Amino acid sequence: MILAEHDGKKLNDVVFNAIGAAEIWGGSIDLLIIGKGIDELVNHASKIDSVNKIIKFDAPHLEHPLAEDAANIISEIGQDYRVILAPHTWFSRNILPRVAALLDVSMISDVLKINGDNTYIRSTYAGNVHATIKSDEPIQVLTVHSSKFKAVGLNGNALIVDSKAPEPLNLSRWEKERKIESDRPPLINAKVVISGGRSLGSAEKFNEVLAPLADKLEAAIGATRAAVDAGYAPNEIQVGQTGVVVAPDLYIAIGVSGANQHIYGMKDSRVVVAINNDPDATIFQFADYGLVADLFEAVPEMATLVSKT
Amino acid sequence: MKILVAIKRVQDYNIKVQPKSDGSDVDMEGVKMGVNPFDENAIEEAIRLKEKGVASEIVGVSIGSSLNQDVLRQGLAMGVDKAILVETDKVLQPLAIAKLLKKVVEKEKPDLILLGKLALDSDAGQTGQMLAGLLNCSQGTFASSIEIKDSEVFITREIDGGTESIVTKLPVVLTADLRLNEPRFVKLPNLMMARKKSIETIKADDLGVDISSKLKTISVSEPPPRKEGIKVKDIKELLQKLNDIEGIKI
Repeated sequence: MILAEHDGKKLNDVVFNAIGAAEIWGGSIDLLIIGKGIDELVNHASKIDSVNKIIKFDAPHLEHPLAEDAANIISEIGQDYRVILAPHTWFSRNILPRVAALLDVSMISDVLKINGDNTYIRSTYAGNVHATIKSDEPIQVLTVHSSKFKAVGLNGNALIVDSKAPEPLNLSRWEKERKIESDRPPLINAKVVISGGRSLGSAEKFNEVLAPLADKLEAAIGATRAAVDAGYAPNEIQVGQTGVVVAPDLYIAIGVSGANQHIYGMKDSRVVVAINNDPDATIFQFADYGLVADLFEAVPEMATLVSKT
Repeated sequence: MKILVAIKRVQDYNIKVQPKSDGSDVDMEGVKMGVNPFDENAIEEAIRLKEKGVASEIVGVSIGSSLNQDVLRQGLAMGVDKAILVETDKVLQPLAIAKLLKKVVEKEKPDLILLGKLALDSDAGQTGQMLAGLLNCSQGTFASSIEIKDSEVFITREIDGGTESIVTKLPVVLTADLRLNEPRFVKLPNLMMARKKSIETIKADDLGVDISSKLKTISVSEPPPRKEGIKVKDIKELLQKLNDIEGIKI
């Protein structure tokens, strides 16, 4: 069973990767979707490859699912499954450990590779060590590192099963959410990410230098923790162990020194470009293409040249 | 109100831990250890709640060998009132830790249980949620702000692409994000005083909890290295390389 996440209108893209990961077991795959007024979304999801059945829980109190209620549902129906899997996002990280505890099984977080025989590779010690782990639990509960698994397509035909949601537990209530409004793609699944570091010097410069290039490349903008702490960029766009972990096709680090915790958040990117005026910056060790240059000249030049092609 | 804070002993965040040469485990010999950074935020928040007059007592608990006394003393030096060590030499999984913490919760009866949102060593981020599940109580994870009003807990927490606000009942398990606060610097005299305080020790085996694990670490290794990069001389060359070698048309 896969726990799906969505914004009420559309499934999060990483759900498709999670289904790709689940295919490794070769068994029948069910997709669990909980929410409020999700008919359209569920109909669309029924076309996803490899999905046998969609289990739908549609109730007013599930519009913004609280961990207590979601875990209650999943642990109840989860007893009949061999695997309960979800993408390693804040949504699932909140819910699945609670599910595992209710089922009295251990859980494996942020799996990079699934071998047969319930053996997994995951990263520990801030990405400095890869551990191979075998689980003898009767139910495998895990979250997967989405970018490491191939996304499935939309040529399927799944059965939709409507289930009645249990009464709310009323242990918590949802108040409001604040999402950053942006015309740019979301950081978590952008194809191109441009990140700025503290060398940009101010919030004005951060935007002035990065925005034109991001506009041209239709890129998401990220920031280092140092840039966030200095007040140049909002917390939500922080890339790193204490922020968002990204793995785009192209990652451009601008004025980024390359602190351990930042590297953790971007090292899985396919191609990494670093622009920094310090030739000894750590970031160059992780870059496929490094340019030692004054970013205030190089980045506008790049934005201009990109528009020509 | 009583607060329980869980404190894990992990490697210093600046240290790059490496596998042993035989790949059986990580090499922790001589590695500088300390309080897990997210747990430091949890301790700090507990102390601030006490300073505001919301909390009356803070109990710190750590699970591990007698070496864990150092992180408990760090907590005492910051302002924790009482320290408990649940002693075991076994390597425990989050589920076992959560089960042991549940026993401590049943004994201490805190209203608020604070943990870090994840530990720098295992990077699992499960213990708080598991404990809340075992206790069948509310949870507020990845919290960047916590406020208590009329027996309700107002939490701002991290979600994908932003934050959300939730309100929970007591008792509640909360896990701290680094943004929650800036932990205070411990002054040497406080650390000296903390050395004199006693630490209550409970043997994990005496708590009657099954802490055996069905997860086995088979081997550890270094991550595959990234292929070595090249330096380009200017933007033109960069764009050309991206186009010619990587197939990125920009």
